[in-house]
Amino acid sequence: MVIKATKMKPIIANRSQPSGNFTEAVSAVVWKDLRAEFRSRELFSAMLVFSLLIILIFNFALELDIKTRQSVTAGVLWSTFAFAGTLGLNRSMAIEKDRGCLDGLLLAPVDRSAIYFGKVISNLAFMLIVETIVLPVYSVLYNVNLFQPGLLLVILLGSIGYVAVGTLLAAMSVQTRTRDILLPILLFPVVIPVLLAAVKASSGFLTGADFADILLPINLLIAYDIIFIAVAFMVFDNVVEE
Amino acid sequence: MITVKKLVKRFGLKTILRGVDFEVQPGEFVALLGPNGAGKTTFLRILASLSRPSVGEVNIAGYKLPHEAAQVRARLGVVSHLPLLYGDLTAEENLRFYARMYNIPKYELRVTEILDMVGLEARRRDLVRTFSRGMQQRLAIGRAVLHDPDVILFDEPYTGLDQDASSMLDEVLKTVASKGRTVVMTSHDLVHAEDLATRFDILSRGIISASASRKELRRTNLLTFYRQALAG
Repeated sequence: MVIKATKMKPIIANRSQPSGNFTEAVSAVVWKDLRAEFRSRELFSAMLVFSLLIILIFNFALELDIKTRQSVTAGVLWSTFAFAGTLGLNRSMAIEKDRGCLDGLLLAPVDRSAIYFGKVISNLAFMLIVETIVLPVYSVLYNVNLFQPGLLLVILLGSIGYVAVGTLLAAMSVQTRTRDILLPILLFPVVIPVLLAAVKASSGFLTGADFADILLPINLLIAYDIIFIAVAFMVFDNVVEE
Repeated sequence: MITVKKLVKRFGLKTILRGVDFEVQPGEFVALLGPNGAGKTTFLRILASLSRPSVGEVNIAGYKLPHEAAQVRARLGVVSHLPLLYGDLTAEENLRFYARMYNIPKYELRVTEILDMVGLEARRRDLVRTFSRGMQQRLAIGRAVLHDPDVILFDEPYTGLDQDASSMLDEVLKTVASKGRTVVMTSHDLVHAEDLATRFDILSRGIISASASRKELRRTNLLTFYRQALAG
């Protein structure tokens, strides 16, 4: 091996602004997560297979007539997204912890909320890709039309809320030895308001309820999303520090 | 460059560091030695702003921890026994990622310089998970000096390396230290520490129990000094 004492240029990092470029740091984390995942497909394939298995199990377990199917669709869908999402959130943070990469991220002179937002965006991307595949499969199996703009909006809002709080709690649980079981125990009680509002709004669109009835759960979803993101933004630094 | 006063670190009821006083001048290479469980890694994690002190003052390059942690991190490079690298990214992708996190302008040139320095230019497009432990550790050092830090912290860098890989790492460490940087290295490997460091501090039972410069150690060898410090 040749170790070269190369002539390097002096200080090149921008130290006058130690917080660096917030958006650059967020996009770097997203780029890194997507690049690594598209190469390994470890997280995505686990989430997708798990989601499809849940749908199949529900399909065989609930031998329902067409009318009843429409009323349970929202519940089955959000149960699927919640379970598969937990799997993805756990894995996403475990990858950071296993090789000490979380320390590498925390050592960067950026506002640590940039790391949080980067992880949220990449986790959301994985969840939305899985949902994009799950929806048509569900439509075929249950013979229900899920491609309604209102329902898709609810799925987006619900996923944002779920991932926003899930990423924060995954960062917390990954520091413990029992991280695999701790995340769902911490996450599900906290995320219940999001799931309830999402199920209510989804059910409204599927059963053709009045928009006035659907508006309340949608507003609740928007409120929860904002609250969860704001709280996570404020406490992430303390959560990831020892 | 580094000043630590009366540093105490507690985890619950257990006290790991019991009032550490520690000072490092610019350009010094300090080997922090001690048995397993002495608190070396905890101490280094506090210097790296990855953990907060329970009591005491930590000042690095004129900035106080934990209040000015971002300013400290911009001047700090850390190498631990874990590589802090992503196995599913290539060597150059890992460095590019960290270059963006450190806000390094025109980082492509810098990435090439670093890969050249650690002797991994030929493997730049290979996934890090295909690298040997020694190669990963060299790349980890490259990652740590990517932003040209004034202070570098090494936490047991020789852990898990075979003889050849250790020799290669010696060369990389000498190259890194030769640029006037301040280095603090924890180790229980006295042979490598004796070869590299200009000062030797012994951390035992939560305090710095002894300290000697290379000059002061001329009369006795490091092993004797180390044993006396632990016994005392």
